[in-house]
Amino acid sequence: MRDMGTEQRIRNAPQKPRKHLENDILLVGQPNVGKSVLFSHLTGVRTIASNYPGTTVSYAMGRMRGKGSTLVVVDAPGTYSLEPLDEAARVTVDLIDDAKRIINVVDSTHLERHLPMTLELIAQNKPMVVALNMSDEARHRGIRIDVEQLSAELGVPVLSIVAPSGEGVKQLVDTCLDLQPIDQSTRNESGHPGHHPHIQHPSPTGRNNSFAEHVHLNRDRIWKRVGELVEKVQTLEHHHHSFSERLEEISIHPFWGSLLALAVITVSFSLIRLIGEFLIAGAVGIIGEPWVELPFGTELLFDKVLHPPLIALSRAIGAESFLHKLLIGTLVDGRIDFMQSFGILSSGIFIPIGVVLPYLLSFYFVLALLEDSGYLPRLAVFLDNFMHRIGLHGYAIIPTLLGLGCNVPGIMATRILESRRQRFITATLISIAVPCAALQAMIIGLVGRRGIGPVLIVYGTLFVVWLLVSLVLRLTVRGFQPELLVEIPPYRLPTFRALGTKMWLRISGFIREALPIILGAIVAVNVLYQLNLFAYLSGVAEPVITRLWGMPSEAVVPLLVGILRKDVALGLLAPLDLTVKQLIIGSVLLAMFFPCIATFVVLFRELGLKDGLKSLGIMLLAVFLTGSVLNLILR
Amino acid sequence: MEKLLTELKPGEKATVVSIHGGRGIQVRLRSLGLVEGQMLRKLSALAWGGPVVVEVKRTQVAIGRGMAARILVRC
Repeated sequence: MRDMGTEQRIRNAPQKPRKHLENDILLVGQPNVGKSVLFSHLTGVRTIASNYPGTTVSYAMGRMRGKGSTLVVVDAPGTYSLEPLDEAARVTVDLIDDAKRIINVVDSTHLERHLPMTLELIAQNKPMVVALNMSDEARHRGIRIDVEQLSAELGVPVLSIVAPSGEGVKQLVDTCLDLQPIDQSTRNESGHPGHHPHIQHPSPTGRNNSFAEHVHLNRDRIWKRVGELVEKVQTLEHHHHSFSERLEEISIHPFWGSLLALAVITVSFSLIRLIGEFLIAGAVGIIGEPWVELPFGTELLFDKVLHPPLIALSRAIGAESFLHKLLIGTLVDGRIDFMQSFGILSSGIFIPIGVVLPYLLSFYFVLALLEDSGYLPRLAVFLDNFMHRIGLHGYAIIPTLLGLGCNVPGIMATRILESRRQRFITATLISIAVPCAALQAMIIGLVGRRGIGPVLIVYGTLFVVWLLVSLVLRLTVRGFQPELLVEIPPYRLPTFRALGTKMWLRISGFIREALPIILGAIVAVNVLYQLNLFAYLSGVAEPVITRLWGMPSEAVVPLLVGILRKDVALGLLAPLDLTVKQLIIGSVLLAMFFPCIATFVVLFRELGLKDGLKSLGIMLLAVFLTGSVLNLILR
Repeated sequence: MEKLLTELKPGEKATVVSIHGGRGIQVRLRSLGLVEGQMLRKLSALAWGGPVVVEVKRTQVAIGRGMAARILVRC
């Protein structure tokens, strides 16, 4: 089944006018039941799966071969009920309408929590199979489910599966494909082949909306029915507390849990830096002198392997020609400085591969560990109180952390937040004050040359900006502030497979999407320099950049290039011969000033034109003030 | 004795008596299994107005303090 002609199209949540999406098999279930893992298994399309509710915020579509034809499989975002409470759930409800068959993915370890939605789905009269996922974990926790009896009670096929290993998935697919499509025109009258006596069907005229109302009225009956079902089919065996359960207790303890949260944050950030440094320089150490230095790392690789042929090429072309400028860039003391030369073959390759890639690998490795272990919702619980004071709730930490990797998925993930106000505040904060991993790699690489102090000032300033902007937004943006309400998943050991898939998806995304933009940006910079267009721009921007921010007027170039790519833009600060103060101000401004083009597009798509413009206005004001204040207080 | 979920001590078991709030809150709590008559156990409450963590139907659920203060329980 896997590796068939696969295709991935991650779509956005349909906005107001809803689109129809014909699909042969729709995966539906509550958040964090493993739909994405099953989807990958069926289609061979790799998707990002994690251990927290809300990983999939839009739907993924893939194809699989079955019964001699190609079938469209759609992975819906998780929803707790057919009454949509957030954007992701609304998408699911629309998808169900267009589905030919449904696979309802259920968490075997929490049957009583998942069956209410199963009953709602059955009442939708679509051909359906129930997949009891995580059946291995249920066995481990001493939970036994009589699958045959459950199937008989529900009137639809029920199968046990273990999605990560693929156990039971083949039978699931066979069962699903054997289902006969129900004639849509008669579905309300004829009902489903199975029996589910405790749920009334919608009236013949009832559409799905009124059905939701209908279900609402029958909630008590649904819960009662679920209680009876669970009583009949599930037996619990006593088992001893496992290590992970002990750890779960500690994690939510007011005191020990706080210490753990602090430790997790500290260790994560140190680990990201250590691994990143090691990949770049072959050196490991947190502050000051490194503990280990090995002849390893991208810097060495570029100096030893790429430098000699490039120098030969440089001699062949001649240092004065435009072609030399474009390919090799400017020589520093007769050598290529991969950070400063700014040719396509020098900095154009070194910045993405030599500096940014090692940090991305390191960041996404640590992030994947946090995501897959199930720690993130616990972190959200500890930060809830603090986040409340700035108008958000704890779960907003998840988009923010994703934003530290790349702002684009960070802003997309704001969909897991309930209110428009929260989404606006979180997305605006990400685009202004959360530096992406590519930019951070360059800050550490470039500002770090001047010592750890300046790096800390840059991060500290961004944090203060994040805090101040959020306080202002909290007071000025009107709207509803929901409370944190989140299911805390059990701890799970991250699997290599999930970790590897996720890292591959994120890293290959960077190489595919960012690399061409980086090279394009470098070509553009060289061409514009050649045309002397920047001299004019420098003159125009001089009053603000020089008088207010204390930067040389040429800094207008990196600020503009920042609209394309932040990493390249920061690299452009390198040849400007800046003082430490100017470098700090430049880095902060670059982090804040105009989101890169990809972030810009996503910001407007998620917020809409009006709120997108508001967000940009806030950004401009914040940049203006921050640059000026830093210039006044730093020496 | 009836009290608010926020007043319950960690480790105490209780039954949900009523949830005070609009339909939005009712629906959200219900989706996680918090309905009238449901048994729950309070696991912890974070200091300074942080969320309350309860175990309901063998699942841990974190509830913001403001929302927890709208849940009346009997123990």
